[in-house]
Amino acid sequence: MAKKLVKGNIALCEGALAAGLDAYFGYPITPQNEVPAYMSNKMVSLGKAFVQAESELAAANMVLGACATGKRAMTSSSSPGISLKQEALSYMAGMEIPGVIVNVQRGGPGLGNIAGSQADYFQAVKGGGHGDYHLIVFAPNCAQEMYEITYESFDIAEKYRNPVMLLCDGIVGQMMEPVDFNKEQKTSFAKKEWCLDGCKGREPRSIKSLLMADGVLEQHNLDLQKKYELIRKNEARAELYQVEDAEIIIVSYGISSRISKNAIKAARANGIKAGMIRPVTLWPFPTEAIKKYAKPAVKFLSVELCLGQMVEDVRLAVNGVSSVDFLGRAGGGIVSDKDVLNKIMELKK
Amino acid sequence: MAKITVNNNRCKGCGLCINACPKKCISFSDEINKIGYHYAVLKNEKDCIGCGFCYQMCPDVCIEVFR
Amino acid sequence: MNKILSKPESLKDNPLSYCPGCGHGIIHRLIAEAVDELGIREKTIAVAPVGCAVFAYDYFNFDTTEAPHGRPPAVATGIKRTNPDKIVFTYQGDGDLAAIGTAETIHCANRGENITVIFVNNANYGMTGGQMAPTTLIGQVTETTPFGRDPLREGYPVKVSELLANLEGTKYIERVTVFDAPHVIQAKKAIKKAFQNQVEGNGYSFIEVISHCPVDWGKTPLEAVKWVEEVFLKTFPLGVIKDTTK
Repeated sequence: MAKKLVKGNIALCEGALAAGLDAYFGYPITPQNEVPAYMSNKMVSLGKAFVQAESELAAANMVLGACATGKRAMTSSSSPGISLKQEALSYMAGMEIPGVIVNVQRGGPGLGNIAGSQADYFQAVKGGGHGDYHLIVFAPNCAQEMYEITYESFDIAEKYRNPVMLLCDGIVGQMMEPVDFNKEQKTSFAKKEWCLDGCKGREPRSIKSLLMADGVLEQHNLDLQKKYELIRKNEARAELYQVEDAEIIIVSYGISSRISKNAIKAARANGIKAGMIRPVTLWPFPTEAIKKYAKPAVKFLSVELCLGQMVEDVRLAVNGVSSVDFLGRAGGGIVSDKDVLNKIMELKK
Repeated sequence: MAKITVNNNRCKGCGLCINACPKKCISFSDEINKIGYHYAVLKNEKDCIGCGFCYQMCPDVCIEVFR
Repeated sequence: MNKILSKPESLKDNPLSYCPGCGHGIIHRLIAEAVDELGIREKTIAVAPVGCAVFAYDYFNFDTTEAPHGRPPAVATGIKRTNPDKIVFTYQGDGDLAAIGTAETIHCANRGENITVIFVNNANYGMTGGQMAPTTLIGQVTETTPFGRDPLREGYPVKVSELLANLEGTKYIERVTVFDAPHVIQAKKAIKKAFQNQVEGNGYSFIEVISHCPVDWGKTPLEAVKWVEEVFLKTFPLGVIKDTTK
């Protein structure tokens, strides 16, 4: 099939639709407004559910409700709106309800601005809401991945009964790129033995996170940790780019990884052996992939559109074996390939 | 001919059934049930008309009415 | 003699954990009877609130889910929009529905979601020990209004039924009470109608149940029901507030 030139945000919608999305719930916020606008047309035309909610709180809780019945639902927003969705995310993690939440990040803190940013890393991978839980976090870096990863994220959410977040950024969301819409429309889905679909011919089910009896909540947390361990083992993903002989390895995700790749090409043209490990999943973090290349002679550089968040996980992964530097800009500022190249040169000295 | 039965061990002795009974034929037991309450009992079965007011007011759904 | 009244099938056998004399148990039973009588138990999905009725899933004998505090209308919207063939209701207290969940309540009603809302108004936060609720009466002493609710300091009791009646999306709104048996029977009729409306696709139905909370009110059960009749209902008069389904 011929490729089609679309924005990352539209590719994301198409990925969700191909995955058999039953419902989209959203609230307007820049820079993800294409998503609810596109979905309002598509979902209604397909006879599926679309609700422009009264708030991000409500939208996320609508996802909770729909997914509790085994349906496929998603919501999208940008940073300030994602803060409001944390309540439902904590509940969904505790109640083990799958669902897909998209954050097309913008500058923060507070209302910030509407430029692309990567300052919500901590929020996405370290919790965000209350309690001892994890989201599965993907970081697409191009429109094609916005399509493919979104498509896949519904299966992964359901496989682990865990919410999945797509941590995108305003640039990947807004950028137009050719996309190969190569996925088959999903029409059949595994039966869910846990969902609420009416107690016909079976005992009633309840889905809850309130577990008051002695020791029950602790056991639930231990069970969740077991699941997280399995996810760590199965799902950590990274793209490796010219790392085999690299003396300087950049760790970068989303739009920063695209910028960094150009800098690596330029560095190689100048005879500097640079490479990149690009986390495709931010949680689970591709610790093993990084650990494998951590050697005393190798220098790591975390490049992010914030003032240093993922760099902490890179440090934990290299565990003192390699040096770890950081390059980033905040508040919607964008690191250029030249900035990255200069940093590589500086590290080479 | 009518009567009620009270699930002794679920009754919390709130007395709303006693208050609701138009024939005043329910009262508290002398004994205490296993959750610590003087439960409701039908004292005068011959007066019971099976109106179900006690059932309507029972917050613990522990009354059954026969007629 | 035949058994003419007993626990409905839609209630589980679990003992209710509410305080002695609490109105929740009566209201649970009325819902269960309505669900039984309409033959919809196997397609009903309940949304439990945060508050005293958070354990509703231990008592209702059909599918139930929890929702964050105030969000049952949003959760119910998500369920109903993706499962229009199911019967979906929320069971919410005054804090859940009229304070933290005001936005969700109003917009769910305004969208005219085809769901049923059972709103239990007992003029205080029961679960947390009797603090002021949005519906606390003027002058009423609670944990957090030790001098009585003063409108200059704490505002006025929110009349949610009247508020919602102004929205075109709402189809049936009635305020009922459970302080005595005849009113319980009337409350049952209203609750059943609210479910019947959903079965028939009539849209959003809202039943406000004025209920008693003896323990947190510092009253005996008998004093509590008397207080409902003599005081509570003066601020919250009973009756059909809106019905466009006729």
